[in-house]
Amino acid sequence: MGERRVWVWTEIAGDAPHRLSLELFTPARALGRAEAVVLGPASERAIEQLGEFGAQLVHYAADPRYAEVLVEPHVATLTALIESERPDLLLFPSTPTARDVLARLVGQLGRGAIANAVALDYDARGRLLATVPCGADALATVTLEGPLPHLVQLRPKAYAAETVGGQAEIHLVDLPIAEASCRVRVIETVEQPAPGPNLEEATVIVAGGRGLGRPQNFRLLEDLASALGGAVGASRAVVDAGWVPYSYQVGQTGRTVKPTLYIACGISGAIQHVAGMRGSRYVIAINTDPDAPIFELADLGVVGDALTIVPKLTERIRAR
Amino acid sequence: MKICVCVKHVPDPNLPVQVDPDTRRLVRDPVHCILDPADEYGVETALRLVMGHGGEVVVVSMGPPAAEDALRRAMAMGADRAILVSDEALAGSDVLATARALAAVIRPEQPDLVICATESTDAYTGLLPGALAALLDLPQLTFARAVTIEGNTVTVQRATETGYQLIQAALPALITVTASVGEPRYPSFKGLMAAKRKPLDTRGVAVLGVEPHEVGERGARERVIEVREVRQVKQGKRIVDDGNGDSVEEILAFLRSIQVV
Repeated sequence: MGERRVWVWTEIAGDAPHRLSLELFTPARALGRAEAVVLGPASERAIEQLGEFGAQLVHYAADPRYAEVLVEPHVATLTALIESERPDLLLFPSTPTARDVLARLVGQLGRGAIANAVALDYDARGRLLATVPCGADALATVTLEGPLPHLVQLRPKAYAAETVGGQAEIHLVDLPIAEASCRVRVIETVEQPAPGPNLEEATVIVAGGRGLGRPQNFRLLEDLASALGGAVGASRAVVDAGWVPYSYQVGQTGRTVKPTLYIACGISGAIQHVAGMRGSRYVIAINTDPDAPIFELADLGVVGDALTIVPKLTERIRAR
Repeated sequence: MKICVCVKHVPDPNLPVQVDPDTRRLVRDPVHCILDPADEYGVETALRLVMGHGGEVVVVSMGPPAAEDALRRAMAMGADRAILVSDEALAGSDVLATARALAAVIRPEQPDLVICATESTDAYTGLLPGALAALLDLPQLTFARAVTIEGNTVTVQRATETGYQLIQAALPALITVTASVGEPRYPSFKGLMAAKRKPLDTRGVAVLGVEPHEVGERGARERVIEVREVRQVKQGKRIVDDGNGDSVEEILAFLRSIQVV
């Protein structure tokens, strides 16, 4: 058996490959020969970058219709490419479009797929092993049966993107796009700068939950975050309650963060939330309930009212 | 217009998670299961569309007999009737098998629109809707923040990572909705009473026309090899604030020790 061919579903964001796609070249290189699939117009520079992150081959289709229509032509092309090229493994990032493509591919090919993987490997017998979270306190190792390729979607930040300075060959894909597959048309694309902070890149995150009592109290967290040069996050409970926008949400259905310091204020520590912040280097938890599960994750647990403690803390830090 | 809404009976996400002390696995007691809150947005969307355009809302689920609960709840909100796919042979179904079973009951309904949540609150893979759309050969319009139908055209505001896209397709189509589509209504007392008498049709695998080997444990491609505990209880420091913020000194000392300040 030759080297495994591992394809990375690669999206282009503006003029560069999407950062979540770039992360996937790290496991792709470790597991075999990394190849990128790019459907839709991409700049020469963006394609070059894929080589730098470890892609040896880029399957590239420049047809602008891939950007004007959602995902049936992509799935049709991918299906045809799988048929002719016979890759072993397809990796998808956790982006909306990657999920749409993967999900439709599952139905189209009649295959299984693994979603939300945080690690990937093969065992000595060549069996795919994917690690997926299973509740807050357990990890499951799962495999896929059935014909190749195996389909896996990875969580953000499961792997770090690494430049290796290579150069990719380009395989120009020129498959016809059937008019009948162009059913979902993009009429307009609207960019809305996120009202929230850039949680993914912050080294300090101050996050709030129900324990803050009311939405206005989030201002206290914003003050502390700004004093520490950090960003503000929130639990699903308060996002669902409409206190802050979805862009603040940390958790399995929100953002996955790995800051140096995570300060959880009035957050109980439900599975849903913990799944998104477990990777934090240090955790400070402030909660009035001494039994709150968040304390199990805390390096420093403070049983007390965040509404009293947070403003005092902000004041002391600012006074320095 | 006929709309099929796919719903799921899931452990109540608002209850503390129950862990079996022996197995350390999550307890999925049907008594603590509810209509997935994510699905309420799909039911609400369907009810609003039918209010404007006329027609029928059919809720569809796959699960054990107790999942009837979730369907009754959707009917209490206002859905007209329900179909439950329930069969021992379906236990252990993966996404593909679930999609096959749901497709088998939805196909003969010939709906104009199929609505799913973006992802379920318990498994959160989000793969079912797209797989279902492929099996039903419907266009998929996903991550909807808003949905409108004019004539034969459905228009969706699709949430993206940096804003949204306005996307469009001709009916019939499948859409997935987010929590931004509008607050789900709370069932009225009258609705709750009426739901008890609304038709609920339970079907087994035999009448679906799917091969038994395609569904359940046998049809599943995903195999769990092992589940291991990763519960890490940090042996962190615990302090109790005096109610006036005296813990701030300890917090500052900690921030200094990790060089954040």
